[in-house]
Amino acid sequence: MLEEVLIAGFGGQGIMSTGQLLAYAGMQEQKHVAWIPSYGPEMRGGTANCGITLSDTPISSPLVTEPTCLLAMNQPSFEKYAPMVVPGGIIFYNSSLINTGGISVPYPIFAIPANAIAEELGNVRVACNVLLGAYLGYSKVIPVDAAVRALEKVLPPHRHKLIPVNQKALEKGAALGREYRKGGA
Amino acid sequence: MARVLMKGNEAFGEGAIRAGCRYFFGYPITPQSELPHFLAKRLPEIGGVYLQAESEVSAINMVYGAAAAGARVMTSSSSPGISLMQEGISYIVGAQLPCVIINVMRGGPGLGNIAPAQGDYFQATKGGGHGDYKLIVLAPASVQEIITHMQLAFDLADKYRNPVMVVGDGILGQMMEPVDLEGTGGEMAEPSKPWATTGMRGRKERNIVNSLCIVPEENEKNNLQLAAKYGEIQRSEQRWEEYGLDDAEWVLVAFGTVARVAKGVVDKARKEGIAAGLIRPITLWPFPEKAFNKVIDQVKGFLTVEMSLGQMVEDVRLCVQGRQPVRFLGRPGGMVPSVREVYEELKKMAGVKTCG
Repeated sequence: MLEEVLIAGFGGQGIMSTGQLLAYAGMQEQKHVAWIPSYGPEMRGGTANCGITLSDTPISSPLVTEPTCLLAMNQPSFEKYAPMVVPGGIIFYNSSLINTGGISVPYPIFAIPANAIAEELGNVRVACNVLLGAYLGYSKVIPVDAAVRALEKVLPPHRHKLIPVNQKALEKGAALGREYRKGGA
Repeated sequence: MARVLMKGNEAFGEGAIRAGCRYFFGYPITPQSELPHFLAKRLPEIGGVYLQAESEVSAINMVYGAAAAGARVMTSSSSPGISLMQEGISYIVGAQLPCVIINVMRGGPGLGNIAPAQGDYFQATKGGGHGDYKLIVLAPASVQEIITHMQLAFDLADKYRNPVMVVGDGILGQMMEPVDLEGTGGEMAEPSKPWATTGMRGRKERNIVNSLCIVPEENEKNNLQLAAKYGEIQRSEQRWEEYGLDDAEWVLVAFGTVARVAKGVVDKARKEGIAAGLIRPITLWPFPEKAFNKVIDQVKGFLTVEMSLGQMVEDVRLCVQGRQPVRFLGRPGGMVPSVREVYEELKKMAGVKTCG
């Protein structure tokens, strides 16, 4: 198993933390994991992205250049990274903010109203974890529970009061992901 | 102890603390700023000193002072900042003092960029500053290895009274990987430093730390003494990792981040019937020539891969001495070679026909 996940959006959308959550959860599930942020000129423009590799064998390069999964949180990220996803890959996008413009790609692409769901839960900042939940619910790469358990490791202690709302975001997303898997929704 | 997820830059700091380092002097620069950031918080908590100097030139001279007083001390920077430190490094070598210097390399020359690179290999391994000298240079390839290399770096620096440089690149500094801290550091025995300038303590002679040696005859002796030390280091401290080397016909040579890519290439080549292997130099100086002598008769050629225009490849050629072909693939300026492009180059070298 080799999953290369790219998570991309605006700075402040929780891109880096969601990526660390996936990496931490993967580590606790005994996968080889690596997390790498964008830190070059692209982040100076207000966009943020990070790449997470999950593998059964040691990871040769931690750079995610051919993502098997894209979690896109905003329009520019979607437009920039959707074409990079490899054949057989998958995209989950934040349909609250992204208009796909009828893009045609040779792999599954799923709309998740991440911002709307997060607002319903009472905190828009957990939107990115809705997308992560959807990906895990759909792909079962690692159990959603593993990500829930990793929350207390990734969130600093003074943010632990936000664990329940983050957990709900992951679970809500996972439910949508599972429905997509069944071919519903 | 459970594994934790840690950033490479933080691991440099954590590894240093576990190795007994309590003094840091530096100046921030991308892509290594998380390292001083980490130590700015941690060192005061454990009674250490973190000081952000007004420039890299000051920082390295503060390191010089602390090392003279016998402290386990370090600094860190990235390529342009390391260039600024070269004069001070030469002085520290001249005074025969131990310290650790981290270079998280970025794309150059000049201001270049903040992307990962290995273009400071010559600077690190061939002296860098003025005068005849060497640094011991370590090149970790994972966040876990950064932790163990920090202990090794301080130990070697003390053992040989010579600065040790640990080189990484932007990827290694920025990435997070699982780290197991169990069994690292902790029981370090502080080496005795009778030469340190810590006061007379009842001795009759003052300890003087200096790199000035004005009489040529005496300075020649001084240089020959350094040469003898470097000879001993070359005999005793060569370190490398072998991967798939036992029956390899085609050997990749790469260090740091690129060695990880090269391992991916070896795996891919093996699956497709090419007997590939890897020599990963862990000490860039002393360069692990023993690894090459071991396999020289069994192999058909070497492919050196670097994030530069070709620097380590010169040391590979010095080891191989024309006995086998040595080929080079490099991506300079902040680009990282991909498994695919290295594999294509390997196939060309091995004479395997490519489709299309």
